[in-house]
Formats: sequence, C-alpha cells, structure tokens
Amino acid sequence: MKIKKLLNRRTFLKGSLAGSAAAVSLSRSPEAKAATFEGYPDSMGVLVDLSRCVGCRSCEAACNEEQQLPLPEKPFNDFSVFDELHHGQKRRTDETRYTVVNRYEVPGLDHPLFHKVQCNHCQEPACLTSCFVNAYTKTPEGAVIYDPKVCVGCRTCMVACPFYIPTFRYSSAFQPRIMKCIFCYDTRLKEGKPPACVEACPQEALTFGRRQEMIRVGRQRIRENQGRYVDHIYGEHEAGGTAWMYLSPVEFEEAGFDTSVPKEPILNYVKDFLSIVPMVLTIWPALFAGIHLLATRKDGIKKQQQTEGEAEK
Amino acid sequence: MKSIATTSQEIPIDDHARVDGSSWALKDKLWLGLSREEYKAMIVRNPVNWALFIILAIGIPLTIMRYFGGLDTVTNASNEYPWGLFLGFGLFGMVPLSASGFLLGTTVEIFGRKDFVPIERLALLNGLLGYFFAVIYLEVDLGMPWRLPYPMFVSLGPAAVLFLVAWHVATYLSVQVAEILPALFEWIGWLKGKRWIKSITIGLTIAGIILSTLHQGALGALFTYAPTKIHPLWISTNFIWIHFFCSAIFAGLSMVIIVSTMCKNFMTWRCDDRFLSNLDRITIGLGKGCAYAMITYLVIKVVAIAHDNEWIYLLTGWGQYYLAELGLGVVLPLLLFSFGVKNQKAGIIRLAAFIAVAGIVWNRLNTALICFNWKLYQEIPRWQEVWITLTVFAIYFMVYRFILYRLPILYEWKGDK
Repeated sequence: MKIKKLLNRRTFLKGSLAGSAAAVSLSRSPEAKAATFEGYPDSMGVLVDLSRCVGCRSCEAACNEEQQLPLPEKPFNDFSVFDELHHGQKRRTDETRYTVVNRYEVPGLDHPLFHKVQCNHCQEPACLTSCFVNAYTKTPEGAVIYDPKVCVGCRTCMVACPFYIPTFRYSSAFQPRIMKCIFCYDTRLKEGKPPACVEACPQEALTFGRRQEMIRVGRQRIRENQGRYVDHIYGEHEAGGTAWMYLSPVEFEEAGFDTSVPKEPILNYVKDFLSIVPMVLTIWPALFAGIHLLATRKDGIKKQQQTEGEAEK
Repeated sequence: MKSIATTSQEIPIDDHARVDGSSWALKDKLWLGLSREEYKAMIVRNPVNWALFIILAIGIPLTIMRYFGGLDTVTNASNEYPWGLFLGFGLFGMVPLSASGFLLGTTVEIFGRKDFVPIERLALLNGLLGYFFAVIYLEVDLGMPWRLPYPMFVSLGPAAVLFLVAWHVATYLSVQVAEILPALFEWIGWLKGKRWIKSITIGLTIAGIILSTLHQGALGALFTYAPTKIHPLWISTNFIWIHFFCSAIFAGLSMVIIVSTMCKNFMTWRCDDRFLSNLDRITIGLGKGCAYAMITYLVIKVVAIAHDNEWIYLLTGWGQYYLAELGLGVVLPLLLFSFGVKNQKAGIIRLAAFIAVAGIVWNRLNTALICFNWKLYQEIPRWQEVWITLTVFAIYFMVYRFILYRLPILYEWKGDK
C-alpha cells in the first residue's frame, strides 16, 4: 500500500505540472473552454475507503488545526461524539468544523463503519453554478474554493448542494460567510501537497492522487478483493462526478450516503428553465404588441367613424 | 378619519383647490388637511393602530437584535434549512401576490379593457409595494445586506437563476415605480411628468409582462437546484417554473380582490363613486380571470405528476397533505370562483379570493419549508423569526395605507390631470 501511495504522490507531482500547463493554455483560449469542458483533466481527488477507517478522528483534528478553526468542546479523542444526534441526524459540518466522521452500525457486520464527511469538490459544483455573484471557483487542481469578499449571504449554495456541505456563519452580524472545506487549497493543494486530513490518516483510509487515477485505484481494489466491496465508486458519477470518492463494503445507504443524488450535474435540472429565457425575451414583446394592436383596433375604427360622422354633419 | 370626513366637506382632499378657491399646500395634503391634533386623534382612535403598535414595539427591537447580534439571535440558524420564514413567506409568498400590477396593466393597456380602469392603479400599487417589501424581507434575511448591489455591479454570476431574479426584480421595481408615478404627479400637480410616462406606458407594460413571466417562473426554478431535497410532489423540475408563474396569476388577481374589499369596507371615505359603483362588476371580472388561471394551474399540476409518474406518492401521508393543499387551496376556491361568476355574486368571489391567497402562500411555504428536507426533519421557526416576519408585514400594511389615504388610487383626482 505504501508503494501505491508513493506512486500516487509521484504521479501527482507530474499531474500538477500538467495541471498548471493546462491552466495556462485554457486561459489563452477562453472561447474554447465553455461548451465542451469536461472538467480539468489533471484535477486531484481523494479515495475514501470505508473498510479501512477506524473512526480515530485524526482527520478532524488535523483539519481543525490546518484551517485554524475553534477548538471543539469535546476533544478529538472523545468518541462519545458518535452518539450525538441533532434533530435525529448524525453530526454534520458546520462553521466550526469542515469535516466530521460518523459511525454507522450495519446489521450483519461485526464492527461499525465510519463515514467521513467533507466537501466532495464536485466536477460541476451546484454551489458554484447557483451562485449569482461568482463567489465560488473550481480550481484546475480540483478544489472548490470560496471568496468571502463578494458573497452576499443569500445561501442559495447551501440549498443547491446535494451533500449539505456549505454552512453559514450565522453567529456573526458583521462578518458572516460561508464556511466549508476548501481541500486545503491555500496552504497545501496549491503547492501540490495533499490536504491535512489525508496526511493525518494513520490507516491509509484516504488515498490522494489524480482523480482519474483514484478511479482506477478504486476499480482495482474492487476487482482484487472480490466480495469485499460494493461494486460502485460513490462520487464517480454522483452529482456529475466529485473529486472525493468513496468505496464501501456495504450498500452505500447503510453507511449514511444519499443514493438519490442524481448521476449528473445538478445544473442539468435547471437548464429547462434557463432555456426558456431567450424565448420569452424574444417572443413576448412581439406577441403582446400584436395583441394590443388587435385589441384596440375597434377603438381606432370607432374613432375614425366618429370623425367621419362629424364631418358629414 | 371617517367621522372627520363626514363633518368636513373639504376632507378628503381630492383637488388642488380648497372650497374657498385657495390651494392646498403640499404639507396640508400630507397631513390630509387635518391639524396635528386631529391627525393624532385619528391615529389613537383606530384600534388597528394599537395592534400595529404592539407588533412594532416587540418587532423593532428584535430586528435591531438581528442586525447587531447576527441571524442566529432570531432564527434557528439552520444549515439544513438555509431559507426560513423571511424568504419562505416574504419572498416566495409576497411576489406571487404582487403579480397584480402586470396583470391589470396588461388587461387595461394591452388588451384595451378600459372597464377595469377603476382598479388599475390599486393593482399597480399592490404590485409595487409587494415587490418592494419582498426586497425588504430579503434584506432581513441576507447575511450581508449591505452587499445587495453586488450581483448587479460588483461580481456577476449571470448563469445563476438568482441572478435573473435579482435583475428582473430590480428592473421591474423601477418599471412599477414609473407606472405608479402618474398618481403622484397628479397629486403634486406636475403634469409634464405624467404626460411623459403616459407616452411610454405600452413599453412599460410589455416590459412588465416579460419581467414578470421570467422572475415569477425563476422563483420556482430556484428550487430545481434542490431536486433531491424537496418532496417529489412539490417539485417537478420540468414544470415548477410554469406552476409558479401560473399560480401567480390567480394569486395576484385574488390579492387585488382582497385589498379592494378592505378598501371598500374600511376606507369608504377615500373611495369615489366610480370605484365603489364599479367594484362588484370588476370583482366578478377578476374572479373569472382567477377561475381560468386556476383550472389551468390544476391541470398542469396533475400533468406534472403524470409526467414524473409520481402517482404512487399520492397514497402516502405526504400525498394526502398534497391533496389537501390542492383541494383546499385550489379546487375549493376554483369552485367558489366559478359559482360566483356564474351567479354574479361578488361576495362569493371575495371569499374565494381569501382562500386562494391563503392557498398560494401555503403552497410556497410547503415548497420552501415544509416539504423541503422531507427526508431529514421538520424545522419549526422560532417565535422571534415569526414576529419579525409579522413586523415587516405590519410596516407593509402601514405604508400601503399611508399611500392609499393620499394619492389618487381609489379615487379620481378632480384637479388638472
């Protein structure tokens, strides 16, 4: 496994070079990128293997430190947090934590499974496409980052995210903002380093590398360990594909995954409406001006007859 | 006001000139021709004002708390329910009720139905204020309300549905201001401005139709960003924009019926004969429009279920709730509207309008809050959130009343026009 990880890092270095090259060429030809864009070819990803995670919460602690978030009430070695329920729901990301690990007892399995939640960094993020001030950016490295300087705080991104990831700093009146995992973009990913949570994982449950490569690794594990995994990589196609992907030994919904998330970008559902906009803009003026002329035609005729009648007198 | 109006033959003011030939100053017009003491007496005497006072006395400190302490001091600060009552009621509920402006504008100016003129200005004002206060609700809800112009001028995200809503609501607000300005110009006696607006009325009205079609639809389309979060019966990604647009038609018309009914009963002194004697006939006409829009809405609601093949959901608890919404909020008023139109009973139509408006607000709350996150848990707004929502509505009511008392909306200006 060590070798594989090293390999991944090596390929990643190559990948990041190619990524920046791609970024340069993309910026040179902006007209070519829109319609046929299939995602940055060398963007990075992480493969999360649920069968390896033991729920040690090292990733949570590393994230907390790296992102300089406030220390939680309960320390990171307190495992009673797995029993916490809020509105009947397990723990979730919020303004104080960008990632959480939840425990799932699966019937028929002698040990619990742990499901790490963080931003999945979609290929075509719903938060980004729903944002009306362009506060979100998908970087060539694969991170979905956020610019608090332009955000208005409408929270449409939170409505749009199928994974319930962006959270809002409701507690601040003057400096509210969206709080979410940014793949450690500023401090690590930009320099080609894996995010803090991946580096902290003692179980190698998190594998970092080029997204394409991670899909290959995932397929290989499924193939080589017949029966130990469900034959599906969650995130390969979910929401149009995500940078963070999951392997699971049990059906994904049993480990708290939403399997109703569509296998296409959320934006596809919005296109129906967006496509009628130019139609309305073009047809309506002509249509209603026409109706106006027809509807008031009789008035015109009446007026004409009146003036004629007066002339006859 | 009523008693003062009956004792003085000069009040209410509906002309530039007093009975003795001298003219009213603008200040007198603002004070309704009353002395300060009379005005104060008028305010204190009205029990509605006491209710408003209680709402504001608690609501304004709560609003200040929201602005200085953060949204979490008054709301549940939920990350699962990013949109609460401020938007669920204030934006998604108020905007369809304000479709009246473009509907009556179209009826009178485009279709040439001059028989609806007596209510046109009320409908325009209802539209303008509804939109304006939807923006106020938005300003209460936005995390950074001081950045409201950002999507316009600072950082543009033109591919987002909300971008379209923002631009259209902003543009449409200015269109509606222009449409209602003639009333103000008559009142202050600046006829040049009125003539200029008159010359561009058709353009304004058609702009109103385009903008309304798109942003009423866009409010529905906003929910297509959450296809997995809203119960399938309330979201059809293909149809929701047209559901929202179509229901706004009868919602807007019904709201005008309600407001005109209230004016007729509680502000009779301000209405002139043209308004009062035509109102029943106009109400029946509006009721007919409502009935047509409602039957269309009902059909496309059913078509959407068929299109997505969601019949099976109707057998669940959610399905019964859905049928209750459609039955009480659409079918019942539809039957009442039809009955009222057929038998020329304006009273029945007024009842139907009340139910229809409640039904449409119910539908918007269902879509935005109750059936949102149907797989998670039900969010119940905090009382502070409810109270602030009520406070903004009270201010809306007061502004509405302030304008109706003064401008020639319910009556024709007797001076130069």
